[in-house]
Amino acid sequence: MTLDVHAQTVGEGGWVGISIPRVEDAALLAGRGRFIDDLGMPPGTLHAAILRSPHAHATIESIRTDAARAMPGVAAILTGTELRALTTSLVVGVKAPVECWPMAIDRVRYVGEPVAVAVATDRYLAEDALDAIEVSYAPLPAVVAPLDALRDGAPLLHEGFPGNIASDRSFSYGDPDGAFASAPHRIGVDVDYPRNACTPIETYGVVAEYDPALDAYDVLANFQGPFSIHAVIARALRVPGNRLRLRTPPDSGGSFGVKQGIFPYIVLIAVAARLAGRPVKWIEDRMEHLAGAVSATNRVTRLQAAVAEDGRILALDWDQIEDCGAHLRAPEPATLYRMHGNMTGAYAIRNLRIRNRVVVTNKLPTGLNRGFGGPQIYFPLERLISRIAATLGLDPLAVVRRNLVPADAFPYRTATGALLDSGDYRAALDVALRDGDHESLLARRAAARVEGRLYGIGYAAVVEPSVSNMGYITTVLTAAERRRAGPKNGAQATATITLDPVGSVSVHVASVPQGQGHRTVLSQVVADVFGLRPSDIRVVTELDTAKDAWSIASGNYASRFAPAVAGAAQIAATRLRERLARIAAAQLNARADELVFSAGKVFSPGNPGNAIPFTRLAATGHWAPATLPEEVEQSLRETVFWTPPQLDAPNDADEVNSSLCHGFIFDFCGVEVDRDTGEIRLDRYVTMHDCGRILHPGMVAGQITGGFAHALGAALLEEQSYAPDGSLLTGTLADYLIPTAREVPEPVILHYETPSPFTPLGAKGVGEGNTMSTPVCIANAVADALGLADIRLPLLPSRLSEALHGAEPQPPHHEARPPQATQGERTLFGRGRASVDATPEQLWAMLLDPALLARVVPGADNVRRESDTRFRAEVTLGIGPVRGRYRAEIALSDLDPPRAVTLSGSVDGALGFGRGRGRLRLVPVGQARTELTYDYEAAVGGKIASIGGRLLDGAARVVIGQFFESLAVQASGRRPSLWRRLLRLFRRRA
Amino acid sequence: MSRQAPAVLDAGQRHPVRFTLNGRKAGGEAEPRMLLHDFLRHVLGATGTHVGCEHGICGACTVQIDGAPARACLTLAVQADGAEIRTVEGLALAPDRLSALQEAFRAHHGLQCGFCTPGILMSLDALLRERPDCGEAEIRETLSGHLCRCTGYTPIVKAALAAAEALRVPHHA
Ligand code: FES
Ligand code: FES
Repeated sequence: MTLDVHAQTVGEGGWVGISIPRVEDAALLAGRGRFIDDLGMPPGTLHAAILRSPHAHATIESIRTDAARAMPGVAAILTGTELRALTTSLVVGVKAPVECWPMAIDRVRYVGEPVAVAVATDRYLAEDALDAIEVSYAPLPAVVAPLDALRDGAPLLHEGFPGNIASDRSFSYGDPDGAFASAPHRIGVDVDYPRNACTPIETYGVVAEYDPALDAYDVLANFQGPFSIHAVIARALRVPGNRLRLRTPPDSGGSFGVKQGIFPYIVLIAVAARLAGRPVKWIEDRMEHLAGAVSATNRVTRLQAAVAEDGRILALDWDQIEDCGAHLRAPEPATLYRMHGNMTGAYAIRNLRIRNRVVVTNKLPTGLNRGFGGPQIYFPLERLISRIAATLGLDPLAVVRRNLVPADAFPYRTATGALLDSGDYRAALDVALRDGDHESLLARRAAARVEGRLYGIGYAAVVEPSVSNMGYITTVLTAAERRRAGPKNGAQATATITLDPVGSVSVHVASVPQGQGHRTVLSQVVADVFGLRPSDIRVVTELDTAKDAWSIASGNYASRFAPAVAGAAQIAATRLRERLARIAAAQLNARADELVFSAGKVFSPGNPGNAIPFTRLAATGHWAPATLPEEVEQSLRETVFWTPPQLDAPNDADEVNSSLCHGFIFDFCGVEVDRDTGEIRLDRYVTMHDCGRILHPGMVAGQITGGFAHALGAALLEEQSYAPDGSLLTGTLADYLIPTAREVPEPVILHYETPSPFTPLGAKGVGEGNTMSTPVCIANAVADALGLADIRLPLLPSRLSEALHGAEPQPPHHEARPPQATQGERTLFGRGRASVDATPEQLWAMLLDPALLARVVPGADNVRRESDTRFRAEVTLGIGPVRGRYRAEIALSDLDPPRAVTLSGSVDGALGFGRGRGRLRLVPVGQARTELTYDYEAAVGGKIASIGGRLLDGAARVVIGQFFESLAVQASGRRPSLWRRLLRLFRRRA
Repeated sequence: MSRQAPAVLDAGQRHPVRFTLNGRKAGGEAEPRMLLHDFLRHVLGATGTHVGCEHGICGACTVQIDGAPARACLTLAVQADGAEIRTVEGLALAPDRLSALQEAFRAHHGLQCGFCTPGILMSLDALLRERPDCGEAEIRETLSGHLCRCTGYTPIVKAALAAAEALRVPHHA
């Protein structure tokens, strides 16, 4: 790493630019963090647990809660009915007659959607209560893939979104038709970008309280902003903004955008508190998080380019189909529009056509995730560059260079309206190739290929936007709709500096850090302004909307801290210093503008001996306000609201400066693919960043290594996958794979600084860039290694070995019959035999007797006979980490007494559902023995389908084995020990 | 582990649980189903141990039970009766003096949000005690039982290597 160089580029003696130890760390390292679940709660606080849908799409026919309400410790049960009575639907970001509730009302649309909330004196009891809530669902066909959602006759999610389309907008900039008509080449890529999520290690947490006297809510949540969502929550709770106090805890265990998505749960828990009449706390668990928090969007993109002979791109044609999941939650469809200004990436392309469609599917709703829209556009764009090079026989670097925005063009207005603030992309690229030793990678590739190994090199050039324009989202509306709605724009940042009676300095910002060390950086920035040490400055970053200065743009997103928030703090400190200087000028007989603030003193440069201690000066406003010069007014507190003037609302031509700053990233890497296994080894990864001025090199490095690890996960491992029926297949961290220290190598980090002219400190955002550049850089390298034109993330070894060796033949099925399961549900097959010391007639009688059935069905109780051949039961089953209660229905058919019977059954519970049928044959052996043979097939879906097939198969075999074991025991009165052997035998045969 | 839990525990009842926590006697009552992390955090108020998944994957809940790292989320409180338990709260040399490992994390920016950190520290603390000469590969191997979403691991590996070095040269510690 070459960070030290940059530490020296900072002003003499300044703290900014130096990697000082973080003030946050001592407490966190000693176990004294103050995360939401660590804080004391008001006495009497109750705990909530949430019942979630096991179905991707179903009508809720009834919810029975009486049994749950009667359980010990249970204070309230909240269902859609109460929710609708006490709240209003969440606002939806497009103009359409649809509702968006934080919990299902009448219908569930994704696995994991909340269906009921149980509130009890502790979490264990609340979860017990969930088991007793009886929901009856009528399943509906589900749609999972965005292209399927667009097909005629696809299951419709919302009547207000005909054809499952929430928005369909087309844009044209320059003369794309002319460019495509005259260009010698048209080159394109088709991309199906997968879903993933940033999964912070701390999950969501909310503590809510309702005051009926004031009709006011008080909420503590590890929400991260943007605080535009405060308005969304207040509106849903039907209170004015001043009746919703929203506070954040001092520490938050990571977010990466994800904790924006907590807001529907804030509404839910707030209503639960109102219903229960007591404070209610909810801490999300990991399985809830994976199924029900928030995901990044998956997107299907067709990108075409009109290309000149020399590789120059004359026009782009984007067709994007964005999948926002089951509901369009605020601020979606923002993922699709955040990049609208920079749809041409780092390139000077003047002609552009864009069609943007937003579809809904039966999957988890989407929202903020690190990179937010960047990975989805840069994957096609940078794959396209690589395809242009391959198609025209050019060096990819030559294609990149030919198209980069030239250095003399900054600030550069892109075709779609972004104002790229600063940069020298070609120079940065050259430095990266030189310092990253590109030559040696070329040599390694050549050497590897001589040996017949699969080695490839990939590149990616990316513009990383930061500090979002709050108005970019309105680009989804037509110009006429925007005129009616009124302008929306800007990116206001706030900061307050306070001086206390002993002259010490406090800083308060509304940046809501999630681990990025904001307190440390602000102490550096403010220390520099006042000539103090960072340790003299106390920084408070938890937010309280009832007391603090904030705006809708407040919060921790769009990489806005260093460029916007730190800048606002600097401006506030500078204004306060000016006031103090006027006070000091009177005392020192000097001009205010020449005074120096240094080493805790204030003095005139001509007379450093005559200095006033900073603390004394700073305390003056408290102790002797009457002595202040008139124009100073007060010197106790300064609050700044900083709004960059460059962020206008979208204009009538749909041009929008979607972000204030635009960093530049150029990455390249070498990978080797194992020919046998398809496994990828990352040989070297070089990432060059222009993030403007660097305020704290250690933290910038941490943002880059952290973003790189997220990106590596997205490239190699992570996908939130759903079966075609909408069952979630990645419901635990054993199934949703996150890279560990073994998979993440150290990247080579380089910097090329061009300070932003638009931000007070010259800084730009840096935290998200690698999630945009790295996945496609690795994909380009793998494509180069394997000579592939088409490549899909994540780059699983199985996918690559399929590309290398062709698809693996299906294992020969021991069952000839086609499965009856809907495609995509987990299907289990089995057969077996057992021999029982009883006659077929005795066994037959048992099968028709509920009391006996209760004894032989594992975990069953309360078996009720509905008719001669239909039974209902309640069954408790544990599969892996998931233990739950199910309602079972068992029916006997095709009766051929006492020789054969078909048993079909279904189970349904909070954790999922299953159905199966099996044929049982009884053949007498001698006088008092029966040979019992069976075969079955079963399909399961819902939460239990997401915990891994092997566990499930194993559990099913055990359960079925137990059934026959107890049947035999009941029939023969023998001890089970004898049956163990048979059981083993049967397992082997099954 | 040499604890004598009563042969049969009543599911609906609370049972006394006593152990040593960071060198001091600690105790309370727990239903048999209560997990150790809930007992530590919500019964004893030792909130330094974090919970990230409750199914044994993320490592955030790692504590030391009788000297060996263990997942508190896969341990019942009643199982810990009689044990010697060490958590992140027990690592510092004094309230204002961090251990060599903690100091190394601070110096190398081995943490950002700090949520994964307590578990990682407990695993590394045990590793450095057992294998003072461990190198990067072994450190990465140990770390692979933990998930960190903030740092990308690079600074954690550096911190661990620096701590190993500092502990080998005692006057640095
Ligand atoms: S909380 Fe125990 S391993 Fe994740
Ligand atoms: S520091 Fe945040 S998860 Fe590791």
